[in-house]
Amino acid sequence: MKRAVGALGAAALLTLPLWLANAYHLHVVIMAGIFTILALSLNLLLGYTGQLSLGHAAFFGIGAYTSALLALKLGWPFWLGLPSAAALAGVAGWAIGRLALKVRGAYFVLVTISFAGVISLVSLNWIELTNGPLGLPGVPAPELGPWSLRTKTAYYYLVLVAVALSYALCRRLVRSRIGRALVALRENEALAESIGVDVTHYLVLVTVVSAAMAGLGGSLYAHYTRFVSPEVFLFTYTVTMVIMVVAGGKGTLAGPLVGAVLFTVLPEALRAAASWQWQMLAYGVLLVALVFFLPRGIVPRLAAALADRR
Amino acid sequence: MLAVENLAVRFGGVTALERVSFAVRPGSITSVIGPNGAGKTTAFNAITGYLRPTGGRVTYDGAALTGLRPSAIARRGIVRTFQKTSVFPTLSVHDNVLTGLHLRSSAGFFAVLAGRRRLAAEERALAAEAADMVEFVGLTHRRPEAASALPYGEQRLVELAVALAARPRVLLLDEPGAGMTGAEKLVVSSLIRRVRDQGVTVLLVEHDMRMVMGISDTVIVLNGGRVIAEGAPAAIQAHPEVIRAYLGASAGSA
Repeated sequence: MKRAVGALGAAALLTLPLWLANAYHLHVVIMAGIFTILALSLNLLLGYTGQLSLGHAAFFGIGAYTSALLALKLGWPFWLGLPSAAALAGVAGWAIGRLALKVRGAYFVLVTISFAGVISLVSLNWIELTNGPLGLPGVPAPELGPWSLRTKTAYYYLVLVAVALSYALCRRLVRSRIGRALVALRENEALAESIGVDVTHYLVLVTVVSAAMAGLGGSLYAHYTRFVSPEVFLFTYTVTMVIMVVAGGKGTLAGPLVGAVLFTVLPEALRAAASWQWQMLAYGVLLVALVFFLPRGIVPRLAAALADRR
Repeated sequence: MLAVENLAVRFGGVTALERVSFAVRPGSITSVIGPNGAGKTTAFNAITGYLRPTGGRVTYDGAALTGLRPSAIARRGIVRTFQKTSVFPTLSVHDNVLTGLHLRSSAGFFAVLAGRRRLAAEERALAAEAADMVEFVGLTHRRPEAASALPYGEQRLVELAVALAARPRVLLLDEPGAGMTGAEKLVVSSLIRRVRDQGVTVLLVEHDMRMVMGISDTVIVLNGGRVIAEGAPAAIQAHPEVIRAYLGASAGSA
């Protein structure tokens, strides 16, 4: 049963560009894929260690700028830019992890917000490098051998592979002793230390992985929209990621997937259905309803409902 | 051997421990007793790295533990439990103990990503070991339940299983019998003896005198941040200074 659903889902995803002919719809799906990577990345921190990063857009932006600048200034191919973007975001994550060694909860949130603020200011003011508020147009599409991945269909498959790899990485990680160490930190830090879990080591490790994954998402975004501006650092991006993780179900593997797809598709659907004011109102009401009725998120609620029926 | 030498802890102007020295004989059950505020838990916190002592040192087999992080001390085989119930609340009993097995496994980040077959074998071995440990404390029937849903006494057993999972050489128990019924205390006492018989040194803080006198090989009495007596249970019960300072006038019947 479970296997059949999985195979059906995989088949649907693999053939999606064939039956989703509308280019705009495919664009929404690609954005949902990129946001899935971001939500997976934030979930590693928020869902498993319980630490809320409100600067996650910074890692996303660092990835986007790194990849774009390497392509535009040095002519590096996407396939070198992508790992470089992840690596540089990972280094930033390491710095944040080290800084945040001793701080938890609200103070961790403050460190991450400040970090994002600083990085955003750098992107606005280091004009020689970043072109300031005007941004960097003309980021090239990735090339694969003789093919250019400039069509939406090709890019869809690229993002699909990246999502699958990110998901597999998260799955391996959280189902290992490393994942248990992260959850131990979330559940009871003093107890975790007493049984030999070096919590700061694991917090730094997961911050690096999470940041690198967000950087990867940033690189994919830059080469898809072909334009990077300081807007990638907008607080809205971070908030969107948090909403996706919390609504989908933090600390679950499927939660960020469900959350990312829902909260990418929903605003677009609302945009088609109503005027701007009504969109925002509907979005807000839905969020309040979700938090009120499904405080642990959609996926844990569904899982509990399925378990009850058995 | 775990040895405490001239351990001192001061909080501002308050002296919680003042030059406390004692050694815990390997393979023994040693109890630390004393009235509230005598410095028992403070001593535990200082030994296990949760508190940095203002003076003195703690050594295990001659190597200094003072200044190490709690996790590093645990890695050297010194594992503690807490006075207030301390479990991983949303995890099942099984997963609590599985988490406690952290030091029994070794897979690092890249080994986990590679996902080799050896990793799956390690995971299976850990799951079996966790099941054994849950059985040891007698909670097999509670294995899939969330730890926080268990009654108080059983949560304390989960805590004990989690600590034992770390395979301590020295186990420090902070009031393992607190809040338990008489029957539960008997269960805990017999578990502690079985742990000792497996070669683990046990150091415990406990208020229940019947339990302390029943299971201890050695009793150390703290009062006002100092060791005032040390010896076998019978000798401690007869010790005039202990009776005066701690047990009080009516203690002859205890």
